[in-house]
Amino acid sequence: MLRIENLHAFYRGNEALKGVSLDVGQGEIVALIGANGAGKTTLLNCVSGIHTDMIGQITFNGKNIAGEPAHELVKQGLVQCPENRQLFGVMSVQENLEMGAYLATGEIQGVSLAKRIEDMFLKFPVLKSRRRQLAGTLSGGEQQMVAIARGLMSDPKLFMLDEPSLGLAPIIVEDMFRIIKEMKNEGRTILLVEQNALAALALSDRAYLLETGRLTLGGSSTMFVKDDRVRRAYLGNDIDVEHIFDDLLD
Amino acid sequence: MTDHLAQFIVAGLTTGSIYALIALGFCVIHNTTGIVNFTQGDFVSLGGLVIYSLLMSLKTPLIFAFPLSVFAVTVVGAMVERVAIRPARSRSVVILVFITIGVSVFMRGVFKILWGKNQMGLPSFSGETPISFVGATLIPQNLWIFGITFMSVMSLHFFFNRTRMGKAMRAAACNPKAASLMGINVNLMVLLSFALSGALGAIAGIIIAPITTLSYDIGVMLGLKGFAAAVLGGYGNSFGAVVGGLLLGVLESVGAGVVSSTYKDVIAFGILLLVLFVRPGGILGHSETERL
Repeated sequence: MLRIENLHAFYRGNEALKGVSLDVGQGEIVALIGANGAGKTTLLNCVSGIHTDMIGQITFNGKNIAGEPAHELVKQGLVQCPENRQLFGVMSVQENLEMGAYLATGEIQGVSLAKRIEDMFLKFPVLKSRRRQLAGTLSGGEQQMVAIARGLMSDPKLFMLDEPSLGLAPIIVEDMFRIIKEMKNEGRTILLVEQNALAALALSDRAYLLETGRLTLGGSSTMFVKDDRVRRAYLGNDIDVEHIFDDLLD
Repeated sequence: MTDHLAQFIVAGLTTGSIYALIALGFCVIHNTTGIVNFTQGDFVSLGGLVIYSLLMSLKTPLIFAFPLSVFAVTVVGAMVERVAIRPARSRSVVILVFITIGVSVFMRGVFKILWGKNQMGLPSFSGETPISFVGATLIPQNLWIFGITFMSVMSLHFFFNRTRMGKAMRAAACNPKAASLMGINVNLMVLLSFALSGALGAIAGIIIAPITTLSYDIGVMLGLKGFAAAVLGGYGNSFGAVVGGLLLGVLESVGAGVVSSTYKDVIAFGILLLVLFVRPGGILGHSETERL
């Protein structure tokens, strides 16, 4: 579905991505893990058309999309839920969802826009009572839910989630991973960027490790959990990783 | 003096309506680009000048001349964005503001060539028969100004809160990056904000032209007052722009009535300074700290 080949990206004169190649298949959840500043967000922004200072091939459903403006890519079903939510803070929750469907005002599989908004409130019940409230006044967890709901409003073919658990309380983080698991069960294709490597690996089918602009490891998520280097650097060596991993899988 | 208070208030609300429309124009562009657009006053001049030519030279009926003039300035507004602003969009706000000053000077030069330096008079929309109303005397044009301003403000409110395009403009103003991730063409929204400001300026120029003397630079002072009104209300706040406009108009008019009309502008800008000393964010503006 998505294929990136030899992508180089530049950020203020520095090379942030140094020849990255990865692919995401239909119905897959692919996790991209790595430390702060490894280039994860830059990678998503290159795919989304927001970061334009780059060279390389990006194909989406067989079509080269490198260099296309961000708003054109949304039309093709490629949607990013950005880091730090990036909500329209002075607009209501409902309006934020409407903006998520800016290009999808008609019916999707026979479901009208108004009905899809109601469905979204069924999926995220906490938001229903806050639908008229300004998005900027919500708690961090609620804001993250609005961001995910907004991204889902256009029923994306590929949904890219950037750090959905960032800055959230542990109990809310659990909620967030439950939501992603639901999306997985619905068969949605997801590229997940996450610092919480263990949870990301538990949710995903495959994973890539990005280190200072280079992909240093790629493979099945179960293989990742067993990899010594990944365990030491990203999962914490002293805890019973496999036990927690199995818990997360349930 | 109190005998004339009602009269001063009517006069103040009339010019205040004009200030409010111009202030709204400033707000719309500020919200999508963060800049102060100094061509706003020239949109006002152009609205008056175009309808003057349509009514007086081409003898177009008012009912067609009004929308045609608004449309013409709307197109000019869009052109200003496309030709002068967009190529420099990556530059800092200060550079963009200076570009608008340059475009403003250029536009005034073109107006002077096309319409000359003479003052022009435009007839009222529907006669001059005075109407008495609670101690004040109104001419029909006052009512036109109130009515059209009210309609414009309401339409604008409806557009921004009830239409998909209007909401998208707000979204693009609030968070351009997120807006483009939702499929909103942010460049188009900025273009639209200039077009909309052009329309607002044109309406202001068209409805005030019959009760003032029209000239190629009529918008310069009106633009400054509209800017003052926008700052007074809290720059970028649409409701504040309307409140600021009406308040500035009334205070200026009553002040001029009490002291002397020679000091009209001094009073207007004096009020602005006073308010800003006490409330730097304007009457309805946000405080300096924003929620992160």
